[in-house]
Amino acid sequence: MENTQLNILALGREKAILEVVERLINSHEGWKATIATTEEEAVAAFQQQTFRIVFVCAGFSAAEEEALRQRLLKIDPAVTVTRHYGGGSGLLENEVLSILQKK
Amino acid sequence: MSNTILHKAATRGHADYGWLDSWQSFSFAGYYNPERIQFGMLRVLNDDRVEGGRGFGSHPHDNMEIISIPLKGSLVHEDNLGHKKVVSEGEIQVMSTGKGVFHSEYNNSPSEPAEFLQIWVFPNQLNVTPRYDQIPLDLSAEHDTLQQIISPFPGPKASHDGRPHKENGTWIYQDAWFHLGTFDAGREIQYDLKKQGNGIYLFVIEGAFLLDGHRLEKRDGLGIVDTPTLNLKAADQGSRILIMEVPMKNNIQ
Repeated sequence: MENTQLNILALGREKAILEVVERLINSHEGWKATIATTEEEAVAAFQQQTFRIVFVCAGFSAAEEEALRQRLLKIDPAVTVTRHYGGGSGLLENEVLSILQKK
Repeated sequence: MSNTILHKAATRGHADYGWLDSWQSFSFAGYYNPERIQFGMLRVLNDDRVEGGRGFGSHPHDNMEIISIPLKGSLVHEDNLGHKKVVSEGEIQVMSTGKGVFHSEYNNSPSEPAEFLQIWVFPNQLNVTPRYDQIPLDLSAEHDTLQQIISPFPGPKASHDGRPHKENGTWIYQDAWFHLGTFDAGREIQYDLKKQGNGIYLFVIEGAFLLDGHRLEKRDGLGIVDTPTLNLKAADQGSRILIMEVPMKNNIQ
């Protein structure tokens, strides 16, 4: 049976905000969040399971985001690595739906 | 000829939670319309009504410029930066949320509803130190003229004559300018673009305005690109408009 769970990796340096993002993602049926506060943690998690979306959150620069994108795309070309803006519930669901619609 | 996109008030997203009645010009929270995600760097324009004694509990934000304009009543703001403020009709509040802030916003009245516009603009810098600002508006100064309330300039800048001057209003981390004005019926208004390549989003707060064959009614929005000058006309007495000029492309440094 096909696994329809949507795995989302959220990477950020502000752990308190990251934990809210994690809770918000997990509140959606079928969505599962994993959080990481360093690039190495993110890559390690990425190597253990398949993620369709990686959100780069507060604390990481645009250059760091791009470096991570290139690194993760080499592992899984199908992943979408994108910036999460707003830090909370306002845009999160919209951002996920936009990505899923484009895929 | 300029390119326009019209958002009639009744076509906005709508969420009624009882304590919060929110009309959303762009996709937000549970409202998702892929045709209405943003206008350039303007991402959120929510027209919110909060019942007395109710509000938004502590929650985080990051990397977003958030502007709140109370239209009726007042809100109590509290954040983890140590601010506890009341922001009322006749004032505006700005938060540059940058690397992260937790805040709450409650109606300051236990019984009367509060109404405010909540506006989010993507920043041009990531992970800035969070900042809070609140300024009073000179409501008499916006009668039959446009009052600048937001600009990109935090302090004195060189004017055309080389002498530094202070921009009116407060500022955000974005090449954006916001103006408010209240006009008598028949009054004509010209707005000149501040930065080439920017777009303009008009939002009618009260009354009605005429522009290029469009009649904009209360809470209608109109986005305009590729035009250096707008010529509006107030159609009703006491018509009030918010003009938001924003970059049309992501310009994060």
